[in-house]
Amino acid sequence: MKHRLQSLGISLKVLFLSLFLIVMVFPLYWITITSLKPSDEIFSIPLQYWPAHITFDNFINIFNISNFHIYIMNSLIVSLTASLVVLMIAVLSAYVLARYHFKGNKQIMYAFFLTQMIPAFIGFAPLYIMMSHFGLLNKLYSLMIVYTAGLIPFCTIMLRGFFQRIPSSLEEAAMIDGCSRLSALIRVILPVMLPGIAATFIFAFVQNWNELFLSIMFIDQESSKTIPVAINGFITKFNIDWGPMSAGAVLSVIPTIIIFAFCQKMIVGGLTQGAEKG
Amino acid sequence: MKNTVKARKPVSSQSKFIFFCLLPAILMVGMFTFYPFFRGIGMAFQNYTLFDLTDIHFIGLDNFKTIFTQPQFLQALSNSFYWVFVSLIFQFVIGFILALLLKKPFKGRGVYQGFIFYSWAMSGFLIGIIWRWMLNGQIGVINDLLLKVGLIEERIGFLSDPKWSLASVIVANVWYGIAFFAIMLLAALQSIPDDLYESAGIDGANWFHKLFYVTIPYIMPTIIASTLLRVIWIFNFPDIIYAMTNGGPAGSTHILATYMMDKIMFGGDYGQAGAAGVIMIILLAMYTIFYLTATKSGKGADF
Repeated sequence: MKHRLQSLGISLKVLFLSLFLIVMVFPLYWITITSLKPSDEIFSIPLQYWPAHITFDNFINIFNISNFHIYIMNSLIVSLTASLVVLMIAVLSAYVLARYHFKGNKQIMYAFFLTQMIPAFIGFAPLYIMMSHFGLLNKLYSLMIVYTAGLIPFCTIMLRGFFQRIPSSLEEAAMIDGCSRLSALIRVILPVMLPGIAATFIFAFVQNWNELFLSIMFIDQESSKTIPVAINGFITKFNIDWGPMSAGAVLSVIPTIIIFAFCQKMIVGGLTQGAEKG
Repeated sequence: MKNTVKARKPVSSQSKFIFFCLLPAILMVGMFTFYPFFRGIGMAFQNYTLFDLTDIHFIGLDNFKTIFTQPQFLQALSNSFYWVFVSLIFQFVIGFILALLLKKPFKGRGVYQGFIFYSWAMSGFLIGIIWRWMLNGQIGVINDLLLKVGLIEERIGFLSDPKWSLASVIVANVWYGIAFFAIMLLAALQSIPDDLYESAGIDGANWFHKLFYVTIPYIMPTIIASTLLRVIWIFNFPDIIYAMTNGGPAGSTHILATYMMDKIMFGGDYGQAGAAGVIMIILLAMYTIFYLTATKSGKGADF
């Protein structure tokens, strides 16, 4: 009896896991399949669950009807720059917040935690006005600045957790050997922290790559559009042309999915460790 | 404490180092997060529309009075509750079941996790776009599948029929959030020491006893923290709805977050948007205080 119950449990488990796998993978499968169908097949019934003719027309099309290569470049420039800058700033602040006791340490951490709770878009209208005062609307700098600022708190919290796991005897020894505080940090601690730094960078990059509302608000000019702005432009009031739309969606998701595939363990580890610390 | 570097050099050099390391972070966050945030709150009490920037002045609580007379706002307010709590319950329950099933290692578990957690790498906007396509009323694949299985007899306008629209965007949100809970809860489950289960087994505990007397109490802190953060996060998350319906049809899927984005981006009424934002902050603060007090007393009994 017990044996039978056990095998029933296992088959239920396999059933649930398989069903769940299908539910999770299907949306990505479906948008990819759509992007590979010729446009008459996309809109014809009965639906084809596997395209009768695989074609890359939608992908070719999207580069013809729009400047998609420019959008990709812009997205890359903004995401990489903002992630690198946020990393440099957050490494310094996280290091100090992890290692030194000083007046205001706790308050800064509270303020950083608070930024994760408040609805960020309350500040969007004032940010728009600020950017227009600075003359930065339609310039990629506007996005780099707000993305950097927006990610500093979370990246600081995340990196601080990694710093706390490294014994301070490491840089004390380096400082006895005559290193300054900064060079002890750069030459001794950062190499040990590399996995944590990489996880933080990936997190920042994915966030920047995916950001939507600020880019829609700040950018309206062809030469400065990022991928989300462009895809948002494919949504017109009455209709969506699902051929180019699906191709654009697939193109925009490829980089982050590749990153995820290669760094899944690190990402999951970083996220959960951060949560336990927090 | 023990990880703190002891002051070896004169205090001035150390405090200089601290100061310069923190300066960029504080300047950036102060200028581009806190300043706009407080300015946005200030706008809630101003007449501030993009169409007439020459006439900006304080009007007290008028913006609040105005939005409380708008049916769209009131609907967004009630929708927000459904959006948050229905999403949360399904995300949590399914995520928890998944975490329990993934706890024991099996062949291919790593690959399996990769396939179900990949949504982490996608934006809410894109996920909304994909679900919008799948839920399409004429050629959507979900209608097609439901027809094939025989669950429905004619196609449903999931996103165009106000009866279905809110449920539809919630389904997409549940799909997106399950992975988060599964990851968090799985990490917590794996930290439970095995001997707790062994001694429970010696005492004759069955699977249900172990779940309710060992597993759940042990991971309670994670459950409390992750649900608290998740509620705040879902409440503040307009992306999926923006992509799927942009609040429509007829405001039936607006939540406070999308209502506010709509006021900013299309309405150009920064005053009313700010008022909606202030109401969101008040609700969030009330919720957080309530939740933390409620769970604190509960925790006292458990530990």
